[in-house]
Amino acid sequence: MTTNSGATDTATDERRTDHEIEVIRDRMHTVEIVSDSGEGAQKCGQIFGAVSAKMGNGVWTVEIIPAEIQPPARSPAGASGNRIRIGTDEVTNWGDRTNVCVAFNEQVLVARHRLDAIDSGALLLVENMWKDHRDEDIRAEWTAAMDELQGHGYRIIEVPMEERCLTVVDDARKGKNMFALGMLAWIFDRDLDLTRDQIAHAFRKKSEEVYEKNVTLLELGYEWASENLDVRIDVPPGLEGEDMVVMNGNQAVAFGAVAAGMELAAMYPITPATSVSHQLGEIFHKFGGIVHQAEDEIAAAGVAIGASYSGKVAFTITSGPGLALKTEFLGLAIMSEIPLVVIDVQRGGPSTGLPTKVEQSDLLATMFGQPGDAPHVVMAAATIEECFHSMITARRIAETFRTVVIVLTDANLATGVQPFRRPMLDPVWMGSRPDMSPVPEGKPPYDWDEETGLSQRFIPGQPGGMHTLTGLAHDEKSRVAYASDINQKSSAMRSRKLAVLHSTLQPPKVNGADSGDLLVVGWGSTKGAIEEAVEAAREQGLSVSSLHLRFLSPLEPGLREIFQRFRKVMTVEINYSDEPNDPFITEENRRRGQLAWLLRANTLVDVDCWTRVLGEPLRPGVILDVIRSNLPKGGAA
Amino acid sequence: MSGHSCSLLFPVEDDREYSMSDYQGAQARWCPGCGDHSVLTATQRLLASEQLKPEETVFVSGIGCSSRFPHYVSSYGFHGIHGRALPVATGIKLHRPDLHVFVVMGDGDCTSIGAAHWLHATRYNVDMVALMLDNNIYGLTKMQTSPTTPEGYRSNTQPMGSFLPALNPIEATLGVTNASFVAQTAEWMPAHLYATLEAAYKHNGFSFVRILQRCPVFTGDIYQDAVRNPDMIEMLEHPDGVEVPDLHQIYQNISRHDPRNMDAARELAEKMDRIRVGVFFRDESRPRYEETRHLPLHTTDEKIGILNEELDKYAV
Repeated sequence: MTTNSGATDTATDERRTDHEIEVIRDRMHTVEIVSDSGEGAQKCGQIFGAVSAKMGNGVWTVEIIPAEIQPPARSPAGASGNRIRIGTDEVTNWGDRTNVCVAFNEQVLVARHRLDAIDSGALLLVENMWKDHRDEDIRAEWTAAMDELQGHGYRIIEVPMEERCLTVVDDARKGKNMFALGMLAWIFDRDLDLTRDQIAHAFRKKSEEVYEKNVTLLELGYEWASENLDVRIDVPPGLEGEDMVVMNGNQAVAFGAVAAGMELAAMYPITPATSVSHQLGEIFHKFGGIVHQAEDEIAAAGVAIGASYSGKVAFTITSGPGLALKTEFLGLAIMSEIPLVVIDVQRGGPSTGLPTKVEQSDLLATMFGQPGDAPHVVMAAATIEECFHSMITARRIAETFRTVVIVLTDANLATGVQPFRRPMLDPVWMGSRPDMSPVPEGKPPYDWDEETGLSQRFIPGQPGGMHTLTGLAHDEKSRVAYASDINQKSSAMRSRKLAVLHSTLQPPKVNGADSGDLLVVGWGSTKGAIEEAVEAAREQGLSVSSLHLRFLSPLEPGLREIFQRFRKVMTVEINYSDEPNDPFITEENRRRGQLAWLLRANTLVDVDCWTRVLGEPLRPGVILDVIRSNLPKGGAA
Repeated sequence: MSGHSCSLLFPVEDDREYSMSDYQGAQARWCPGCGDHSVLTATQRLLASEQLKPEETVFVSGIGCSSRFPHYVSSYGFHGIHGRALPVATGIKLHRPDLHVFVVMGDGDCTSIGAAHWLHATRYNVDMVALMLDNNIYGLTKMQTSPTTPEGYRSNTQPMGSFLPALNPIEATLGVTNASFVAQTAEWMPAHLYATLEAAYKHNGFSFVRILQRCPVFTGDIYQDAVRNPDMIEMLEHPDGVEVPDLHQIYQNISRHDPRNMDAARELAEKMDRIRVGVFFRDESRPRYEETRHLPLHTTDEKIGILNEELDKYAV
């Protein structure tokens, strides 16, 4: 086996030949690094993911995050870290269970076991300092944990991480992550030069000394693994040649906003949306852009609306509870036809819910949350790449249709890291400066085209365009409406715009055969997991296809026709729905998944659903089971 | 608010003169005798005096009687939602510092539902004029107690009388870090009202003006004694604030107050023996948020170049 190692000398290579090494070749493999919060497991995982991406592997990285900043040490609830799934080809989701897990204590390892996150036969590398700890209770916890982990086919290796790290640093808590990275680098045969580069990037704000120590720890872990482990894993890279970038969904939203030419973001801190503003905070000023951290969610919407009203389209970033607060302002923007882009990075709800965990429960709230009839656009990004491109589409639609565009992403996309094709930036994406030419005399501010409802927006500074915009019902001159027919007419004009947008959309493309026994419909971040499950099902000879929607308001065209070609249609979503067989639940009162609800209302097709709100992304293996149990009985269609 | 005389987008190209009637919007629909009429007139007089281009002037309001104000001015207007005029105005100024922005709020708008924005807009100190038309009551919704309703004053929501001492908006504004212009005037003193509006407009920063105002329908009696008896009024005068010598005959309680003296301003604001009008505090040296955040804009090509450099850092 070749090695890219620069860390090992000839002697090490000789030692390596002392023992037999098994090489597992796999096209897809999953790794987890878990620790107490603050021990740096996430940094280890991020570097491992980035190096793998740079080597030409497909990568999907998700964070394992406790809700608290510093939960108690050695507690299962405090498990913090990363899952990195690497593949020969593109990786589109976090998979089912991990094949390798590096744990800094046995409690966080047990936590993952209890969540059914570890594959049978997995290689578990666990810090062994707790085994002979001077605290009797800790020793007892270790023993209990090891007992619990027995009998599942795990390959448990005890690693003296603390002991080895203390030869380099005084506080091993600040070094184990790089030791773990070294072990993984050996196991997966990662390029050590690339790894060092990535460490340098990760610690670019720290001193040279910090970098040196981290590299020494990396090499120490690498060496320990080469001397003590008897298994390596080979996931051959298959994506070389493509020009890629690697980032998480919130970073992609931030870059997308810049590429879309937007110049003002207003926000208020809220998990898991905030890191969009962190990214923007680092780069936006270079483009003349402002991130305004407002006094509250409402003001953030107001500032974005004020900015949009007076020039280029602005945007606001939020998550469920914040979206609830912005509701009244969104109604105003829709009523007065001010373009606005809103990003809702969904988390578990209602109320404070699951702040750091994924859910797709805001769909209906984003569509119908504004009292009164408030037609506007709702889109959902399905991948991290789409987080970038959605911003460009959203800005353009908002401007063209003088309306609010809500872009839904979620905690899974927000924190998932994936390489994607580097966008070839286009000046057209940035849009042009607003037209400030004088308004022809007599042209009203809502000069609605009777067919389309579209009209030109007048911007302060534009001579002859003076009018008072109002949230009150108004006529085409923006005069307060006192006659009853004006509200009917202006409502029609605002609604018409959605129909016009709908007429420009293409019918969605079915993944798999155009007809069959079962069609699985999804939206948002579940695309990768659903498609992986559907492909696995098709390989097993099942007649299953899937469909993924990006536009939810207006819905994409042709859905009813597509649905009618399948014997059964169901949605798979991360929101709550009643189980058909639960007490009191009937066909009549069953609350279905949010997309299912929408599709039933719009297509009159009996769309079923399967949903879960476990606070984690869906697993493809679980979806495969759902597909099997939902296939209609009887012969093929 | 300082007078930038030209838009960044359109250089001054015409030298037409604007008269008061050029700022006349829709026919005002306030009740006869409403103090809002007097504020509207004083404002239109100011616009004409300063020759502000209607297309470069924006009136932003919330919801309430006074928030109908933008409809009655011929300029750009933004009649938004209750309590939220200040964030909208902040967004406008952040994006377009070249525009002249006036905010018109009522007492419920500013000191109740929009109180958080009032506090923070004061701290941001964005260059704009914020008028709080304080008639001590919710008028449009028909006589509910507001934070500035005098204690014991009866309303439809508190028919036994308001339970709490009235909020003192001047005292509250003076308490906010980075406040830069805090003034009080009264609609029944048109000369003083005009002088105060002018000073507020000329101040470079967030100019907060509380305008005491009668609602003839619901609170006609609250200021009636003060209207009839000039002794109940005290004018705070200073060359750096406002001086209205024409009124000295009528209002004889005149005290010299240096608006740079915050301690004195707070003391005066707390005193309840008389109604004090004038500039309580003014400091133009305080940082203005839109200037702190101002950045040069770039061309599309420049932006694409910088964006590509940034993306390089994430390249695989």
